[in-house]
Amino acid sequence: MNQPPAPLLRRERPRLHRLAERGLEWTLRACGYSAIFFVLAIFLFVFREGAPLLPKLDWAQVLFSPEWYPTSRVHVRYGVAAMIAGTLSVTALAMVLAVPFGLGAAIFVSEFCTGRVKETLKVVIELLAAIPSIVWGFIGLSVTNHLIQRYLPAPVGLNLFNAACLLALMSVPIIVSIGEDALKAVPDSYCEAALALGATRWQTVHRVLLPAARNGLLAAVLLGVGRAIGETMAVLMATGHANQFPHSLFDPIRTLTATIAAELGETAVGSDHYRMLFVIGLMLFTITFIVNLLADLAVRGVRGKTG
Amino acid sequence: MNPPPFSPTPLVRRKLRQERLAQAVLAGMVLAMVLPLVALITYLVVQGAPLLSWSFLTTNPTHGMREGGIWPALLGTIYLVVIALLVAAPVGVLCAIYLNEYAGDNWLTRLIHLAVVNLAGVPSIVHALFGLGAFVLFAGLGRSILAASLTLAIMTLPVIIASTREALAAVPQAFREACWNLGASRWQTIRHVVLPNAISGILTGVILQVSRTAGETAPIMFTGAVFYKKIAAGDPFAYALNDQCMALSMHLYTVTTQVTNAPAALPYAIAVVLLGAVLAVNATAILLRTRLRARQKW
Repeated sequence: MNQPPAPLLRRERPRLHRLAERGLEWTLRACGYSAIFFVLAIFLFVFREGAPLLPKLDWAQVLFSPEWYPTSRVHVRYGVAAMIAGTLSVTALAMVLAVPFGLGAAIFVSEFCTGRVKETLKVVIELLAAIPSIVWGFIGLSVTNHLIQRYLPAPVGLNLFNAACLLALMSVPIIVSIGEDALKAVPDSYCEAALALGATRWQTVHRVLLPAARNGLLAAVLLGVGRAIGETMAVLMATGHANQFPHSLFDPIRTLTATIAAELGETAVGSDHYRMLFVIGLMLFTITFIVNLLADLAVRGVRGKTG
Repeated sequence: MNPPPFSPTPLVRRKLRQERLAQAVLAGMVLAMVLPLVALITYLVVQGAPLLSWSFLTTNPTHGMREGGIWPALLGTIYLVVIALLVAAPVGVLCAIYLNEYAGDNWLTRLIHLAVVNLAGVPSIVHALFGLGAFVLFAGLGRSILAASLTLAIMTLPVIIASTREALAAVPQAFREACWNLGASRWQTIRHVVLPNAISGILTGVILQVSRTAGETAPIMFTGAVFYKKIAAGDPFAYALNDQCMALSMHLYTVTTQVTNAPAALPYAIAVVLLGAVLAVNATAILLRTRLRARQKW
């Protein structure tokens, strides 16, 4: 009598394999969590160096006084109001220049050109993004500096306007690439519907695409703002580094980032001046954290609606 | 008299006019960005050209950095970039694999995502403060190549995570499902199906980071880069990990702002070398990407 063959037992994978896979998964998990760890570590270590000074600070003076005399023997003052004004003004002016151009370029690249032109423009914008900030700073110091002195009614070439132009060129690539992603994320059916109604491409962009991609474009602008606030070397070299409230486009200014970069090398580790620079670092960290958080929320808004 | 059939109505003519205007304005905006870029780069190259030569790249600076070459800075930049990426690339790629292949959609994943986004947005000078506080002082590495590279590594980490994630997400889900159906475990699927299909995208992302890391100045200023350091010219192993080093970006800053009476062409030449290296690396990555994309099977 023929018995049916006993069903084959499912072959177990070797024990070692399973253990190795378990180990690998834990490694991956650890690497994943490392991002959180690093953000916390950055905050903690900057806080740790700045903290001893925090209780001693007169915050009204820090936030509202332009008097920055960190090495005065008689009366040390840590007012950063002028630097905050400098950072804000240069960022705002850079955005006034970069946002129309960046969004315009994003629209042009993603909607108005195809094939070779599109690929070339994307490569050029990517290369624009790759130019190091120190090279921009050098250009500001030795090229645009002289151009501004010669052709514009400015007493000094290193000023708010010069730095804002450079910052605009630096943040345009980010705005273009994120903005293009946002435009691409709009479902094709929206555009097809508009085109079927006889709309031209500009009408489609203006009436359909832009409203639909609003949040993504906002995120693009916010990320550009984040980049402009955090930029260090270019503004250090191109702003003129004068600690004063700007009154016109062509006033030299000073930013929070540039102050740290210029003065950290000259302070003794552990001195109040040194700690104050870390406190400024904390302020910058907080500002960019908030800007990035907002950008992330804006992007999430897009996903929530279309996805 | 009736207008001829199919002739545009005033409304149509107006919208076509608008269309042409919009196109012209947008194209003008793009040109307004591209032309200055081309003009600036040409100007830099023309100004720096007289100094560029092989010996400029391979000799030490002399006469208070007013003459001679840029060898220590060039080698220092290579050291910093290589070590930073050796640290950041594995961690970043593994983190991206975890986020894309393992992590479920829960609050912890969202927290990691938020951390990555914010890590990418931290200003470079804050990274410098962190590197100084954590690596130079707390970990006791002192101002050294190691401390500077680790600072750079943390700075590039989020971008590597983002680009790797994008490369992984581009592999169709059906590939994974087919593999799971054959009884493969998660890691086997990743190792034999997902990674081979995503490796080109991952590599491109990492190579693009080479250029970004090479150009950074602020994070290394206080963690390991110095104004001047003499090393054996032409010897690629002249630096040790705990040495301080020169770097191209820092050298450009020093020569432009601190060295008096430097020949006018010198900073231009340094800028051209830095820019040339960065753009060459980027162009390679972009070329690689187009090649591999053309070969993609889905």
